[in-house]
This record gives sequence, structure tokens and C-alpha cells, in this order.
Amino acid sequence: MSDPREAGMIGRRTDGKIVRRPLSPHLQAYDMMQMTSFTSIMHRITGTAWAGGTLLLTWWLMAAATGEGAFARVQWFMSSFLGILILFGLTAAAWFHTLAGLRHLAWDAGYGLDIPTVYKTGRAVLIGTGVLTVLTWLLAIVFWG
Amino acid sequence: MAENSSHALRTPLGRVRGLGSARSGTHHWWMQRVTSIALLPLTIWFVLSMIGLAGTTYLETLLWIATPLNAVLLVALILLTFHHMAAGLQVVIEDYVRNEFARIATLLVVKGGCALLALACGFSVLRIAFAL
Repeated sequence: MSDPREAGMIGRRTDGKIVRRPLSPHLQAYDMMQMTSFTSIMHRITGTAWAGGTLLLTWWLMAAATGEGAFARVQWFMSSFLGILILFGLTAAAWFHTLAGLRHLAWDAGYGLDIPTVYKTGRAVLIGTGVLTVLTWLLAIVFWG
Repeated sequence: MAENSSHALRTPLGRVRGLGSARSGTHHWWMQRVTSIALLPLTIWFVLSMIGLAGTTYLETLLWIATPLNAVLLVALILLTFHHMAAGLQVVIEDYVRNEFARIATLLVVKGGCALLALACGFSVLRIAFAL
């Protein structure tokens, strides 16, 4: 058990019996900051974040359908410091999930599955997220001003 | 052998179709991909539209939503977004919630919530579109 890789070999069957077999990425044995596992878990986190973001979409649309007072409250929240912060975070999450999603579609079609390409596309997703998020907000600021 | 001969004319694909843990084959997985492809142009259209709508008045926003093209694209975006969201959250829940009762309860709440949010968004768009 001195080999840390052994931690990735302790599996548990559905009946609770412990068996020795390899496990998928394990928090104690793997470096979770690898490009592969990092972009994988970030895809889930950004997707879940957007699920929260749909609450804002629902609030916005329902307020618009309700009346001017309700709509003014949404507008006030969206343009508050917290609102802008949330919208900025959602923009970044949306771009990450979109770019990482394209990467997933390419994998599903059988392309780019070798490790060097996975690292290259992973870096492209991270850089692309930063660039497109900033561009989106620059566009928003230009329209506002 | 008798059992085998009854399957002799079935292709390997035909035999596995409709199988899998939920007896739905690859349908769940495939629909996640289909909705993701459809959401690509729709989400980019939506984000650009929201930038265009920033700082406009209440009436201008209503008029924008009520345009037939915008109303149809919004309803499409809403249906696909909540379908994709329910499918994605389902996989996350099935992966991380170990206890069966908690898992089924969470799935029911999340699926019900997605359906309600989709109805709320869709109804709002239609109400605005039909009112103007």
C-alpha cells in the first residue's frame, strides 16, 4: 500500500464487497489539475452553473410578461454590481461549456483523442474562453455607451 | 441452439438496440449531442441579442420578444436549453448521488423543476407575443 497508485485500485462492488480493480480518476491518486481531468470537471461545473443561470432567464422572461414594475426590478438586479458579476461569470461559463462541448463533439466523432492533441485543444479551450468572454463584454460595453 | 436460431437473422445492432441500463439504448446520449448542436447557433444568437437589448426600455424589450422570428427562436432556445439541462443534470446526479432513494428523489425534483422552468419561460414568451 506504499505505492500511491494502489489507492486507484480499491473498488467496491454494488453489494459492498471490496475488490482490487482499476478505478476511473481518483481524487487521492490522480493530479486533478491535469489538463484532461481539469477540463473534464470544468465542463460539468460550467454546465451546472448555467443550469443556475436559467433561473435568471426565467426571472427576466416572467417579469417581462408580468409588467413594468417586475421588469424594472430585474433590470435593477442585472445592472447591480452582483448582477454584472453573475452575468460575467455566466458568460465565461457559457463560452467554456461551448468550446469544451465542441471538443466533446469532435471526440464523439472520433477525432483528437490522442494525448498531445487533447492537451493542445484543452489549452485552446482555456485561451478561447478568456478571449471570447472579454470580447463579449467589450461588445456589451460599446453598445451600452 | 433453438434460442440462437431465433436470433440468427438479427444483426448485432438490432440485438443491442433498446438495451442499456434504462432500456433506452443510446437515445439519452444521442439527444444530448443533438440538442448541443442546435444550441450552438441559438445561444450565440441569444447572447448577441441580449447585448443589443442592454439599456433598452421595457416597451422596446417587449416589442423585440414579440417579433415572430424572435418569439419562435426564443421558444426553440427554451425547449432545447431545458432538455439539454435536464439530460446533463441527470448524468451528474446519477454519477454522484449514491443512495438510491436520494438519487430518485433528486432526479424527480430536478426533472420537474426543468419542466416547470421551461413552461414558465415558454408561456411568458407566448403571452408577450400574443399580447402585442
